[in-house]
Amino acid sequence: MGRFWAVFFVASAVIAVGLCWVAPSHGLWFPGTLKGGFGAGVAHSSIGKRIDDLFYLVLVIVAVTYIGTHAVLGYVLWRGATIKAEEKVLFSHGSHSLEVIWTIVPSGILLYIALYQMDVWAAYRFKEFSPKKAEAVAEVTARQFEWRIRYPARGKTLMPTPQPDDVYTVNELHVPTGRPVSISLKTEDVQHAFFVPELRIKQDAVPGLTIPVWFDVDEPRQYEMVCAELCGWGHYKMKARLIAVSDEDFGAWKDKAALEQFDDGFKKPAE
Amino acid sequence: MSTLHPTLDHAGHDDSHGHGHGHHELTFIQKYVFSTDHKIIGIQFLVTTLLMLMVGGALALGVRWQLARPWEYMPIAGDLTFGRDGGQISPEYYTMLFTMHATVMIFLVIIPVLAGAFGNFLIPLMIGADDMAFPTLNMLSYWFMWPAILFFAFALGLGPEWLTHVRGGMDAGSAQGWTSYPLLSALKQAAPGSEMSQTWWLMAVTFVGVSSMMGSVNYMTTIINMRAPGMTLFRMPLTIWAMFITAILQAFALPVLTAAGFMLVADRVLGTCFFIPAGIVVNNAAPTIGGGQTLLWQHLFWFYSHPAVYIMLLPAMGMVSDMLSCMSRKPIFGYKPMVYSMAAIAGLGFIVWGHHMFISGMNPALGMTFMVSTMMIALPSAIKTFNWIGTIWGGRLQFNAVMLNCVAFVSMFIIGGLSGIFMAAVPVDIYIHDTYFIVAHFHYVLFGSTLFGVFAGIQFWFPKMWGRLMNDSVAKVHFVLSFIGFNVTFFPMHLLGVAGMPRRYADPYHFEYLSHLLPLNQVMTAAAFLMGFAQFLLLGNFVFSIFMGEKCGRNPWNANGLEWTAPSPPGHGNFDVLPVVYHGPYEYSSPISGDKDFLMQTEYIPLAQRGVESGH
Ligand code: HEM
Ligand SMILES: [Cu+2]
Ligand SMILES: [Cu+2]
Repeated sequence: MGRFWAVFFVASAVIAVGLCWVAPSHGLWFPGTLKGGFGAGVAHSSIGKRIDDLFYLVLVIVAVTYIGTHAVLGYVLWRGATIKAEEKVLFSHGSHSLEVIWTIVPSGILLYIALYQMDVWAAYRFKEFSPKKAEAVAEVTARQFEWRIRYPARGKTLMPTPQPDDVYTVNELHVPTGRPVSISLKTEDVQHAFFVPELRIKQDAVPGLTIPVWFDVDEPRQYEMVCAELCGWGHYKMKARLIAVSDEDFGAWKDKAALEQFDDGFKKPAE
Repeated sequence: MSTLHPTLDHAGHDDSHGHGHGHHELTFIQKYVFSTDHKIIGIQFLVTTLLMLMVGGALALGVRWQLARPWEYMPIAGDLTFGRDGGQISPEYYTMLFTMHATVMIFLVIIPVLAGAFGNFLIPLMIGADDMAFPTLNMLSYWFMWPAILFFAFALGLGPEWLTHVRGGMDAGSAQGWTSYPLLSALKQAAPGSEMSQTWWLMAVTFVGVSSMMGSVNYMTTIINMRAPGMTLFRMPLTIWAMFITAILQAFALPVLTAAGFMLVADRVLGTCFFIPAGIVVNNAAPTIGGGQTLLWQHLFWFYSHPAVYIMLLPAMGMVSDMLSCMSRKPIFGYKPMVYSMAAIAGLGFIVWGHHMFISGMNPALGMTFMVSTMMIALPSAIKTFNWIGTIWGGRLQFNAVMLNCVAFVSMFIIGGLSGIFMAAVPVDIYIHDTYFIVAHFHYVLFGSTLFGVFAGIQFWFPKMWGRLMNDSVAKVHFVLSFIGFNVTFFPMHLLGVAGMPRRYADPYHFEYLSHLLPLNQVMTAAAFLMGFAQFLLLGNFVFSIFMGEKCGRNPWNANGLEWTAPSPPGHGNFDVLPVVYHGPYEYSSPISGDKDFLMQTEYIPLAQRGVESGH
């Protein structure tokens, strides 16, 4: 019976690994455009790509550890199940050198991950296109249960307070592609979180704070935008779209939006 | 009745129902209801938490139902609980379900079953004391759970409206998640569940806190002062070390939560603004006056709740160490590294709380320090895992239900610990924070590890509670169903998280990028129901075995600990004679113990008979 249980635990690990292996080809992996035969979605922002890379690095380390520990676990279980009646139990209180090895090796690996990732975080929060350096395209204000978005008029910069010629949209965030842009994230009521899965970007919107978030979008199309922090019964309904278009189209869109917004119904009298 | 120095006439009697004829007659109520006997209190905690496990499980099945059949009529339970919504879960009800599920599981199951049930039952028995240092305080710590349970029921919307002032029944049950972030939890207008039910919720948490604090003071005092002669610190079973460290964690972390809870109640009731910034307009109510900071709550809450996740794990780690060693018939591998790594977890546990707040808008530089400390806390966890595997290595394994649940603990803890590394990598956490990846992580550590450890512990110490064994075959069936049900339910959640499915969504499928996840969720729900119903096997086995289980003597497992020298069940005062300790608790298969493969801590072996190699 003991052998059965050794196999049982090993089998559970094999199934877990197998499931992860086939998951991408069944759509159970990163969202984003599928590239290559693997089936994994590719992030559509530069920071998202770096996040994915980091994820895969951790995944490899974790997978090796998982498979290794379960192989050993399976072995010791099997051995303990097949021990003969006359065989002696290993009477050991531990091993100093083993303890040293399995303290130093994991701490080295953990430190490596810790140091390696700092750069990506720094890129997201301080360096390169820190929110201050990227152009602020819009102020995004979350409220129960929608997103209100305010843009500066074409050719102007975003001011912290609303301006008479600002352009507004609801649940549609228009941004230009191909260059880093930033948004000022606010909330009018409770806490929310701005989350664009295909860009891998997430940031909480905190009452009383205005938080800059930068990103760049590499492909002009629409992306789903969701709320990731519980904000009440309608949390699951804060469905919105991030609409990325080329620079020219962005300008053209803004002109059109401004025209629609400020059109008061009076037509120029015909000649 | 307890004294610091047990005397023979307080000692118990061998017959299983014999503790009635001590020299002071106790009434039935004193003996079994308002009992000051740590064993009765421990069993009271155990039975209460097992019942609460079923309640929390039922709430979880409600959540799972909605995720598998969104907005569909729910048979039976639907008519009973939300008939007026046509038997269909409303979004408000859904938010209440996951909030109260987590609340019940954390505050009424995991924390009290470890410290309350096992801590109470085992500490005096394992260190050779006749009872806790403060028996009355101990009794109070149990009875303070009941106001908490009552208030949580009110928070769930179960009380009569004239009394609780919860307007709207269960649809207005507490609904801000177990983390209770303001402003959702601070402003009454924010949601139906933010009205009176949230105040009840906060009061209930306070009562749980008071109960835990009374326990924790008691455990520390008892373990420091009341150990039997010869029970040095480094001869204590790891269960006791774990309980000791947990008690310290509780004592330092809990006051912060209690204070934060009072501050939030003050914001809600007295009009203070600790957590409320100015000028917030919720649902067209008047703007807030403000001046406060919502992030303050997150800091205070996680300053408690990160140590608390270890409060929810360390005792199980200790118990599993004891059981693994016994069932492998082998000393624990690396006793001192085990102790030191628990201490390291406890120490580091106080400086990692910010890893729950990486994207909360807190200073990004602060995120880095929390990231490094979080990475480092994975180290002691890894060391413990290796030592458990080392313990099994080369042993003569007894593949009973106790052993199986312990191995499951180790295997599941590996998954839970490894998924923690993804989240500790801050940039990755930007993406997976608040997705199902997190849900997978904490279920692997809290259910996969702690609860399987508890299942093992129940079967292991059941004979000491009742003098009878639980049925091993039924326990194995329960184990297999729980293990398969658990993994099929929770492992795919990692993948849902990677696919970007946010947690706490009543209906994720109306998003295009999530719409294909419904079939998988249906499989998971089926597995969850399987796992839920498997728990009836545990309860049935438990109740049945109390009356009909196979009778056993003092030491059915041939284990070494002091508890196994006492009668089963031990009488009032526990031991017939004051135990004297000569060895550590893990001397299984020691060459000096003759032809037995165990060496009880109380067994004296003359120096002449000990070989040279017996250093311990
Ligand atoms: C190996 C060490 C561990 C690491 C590195 C780790 C890391 C983390 C991180 C970074 C988070 C926050 C994720 C997020 O919200 O974005 C988290 C959440 C959590 N962890 Fe762990 N963890 C570890 C072990 C544990 C253990 C042992 C437990 C419990 C016994 C635990 C229980 C939890 C819970 C309950 C949450 C989520 C709370 C919530 O948001 O509702 N973790 N963990
Ligand atoms: Cu939300
Ligand atoms: Cu934590």
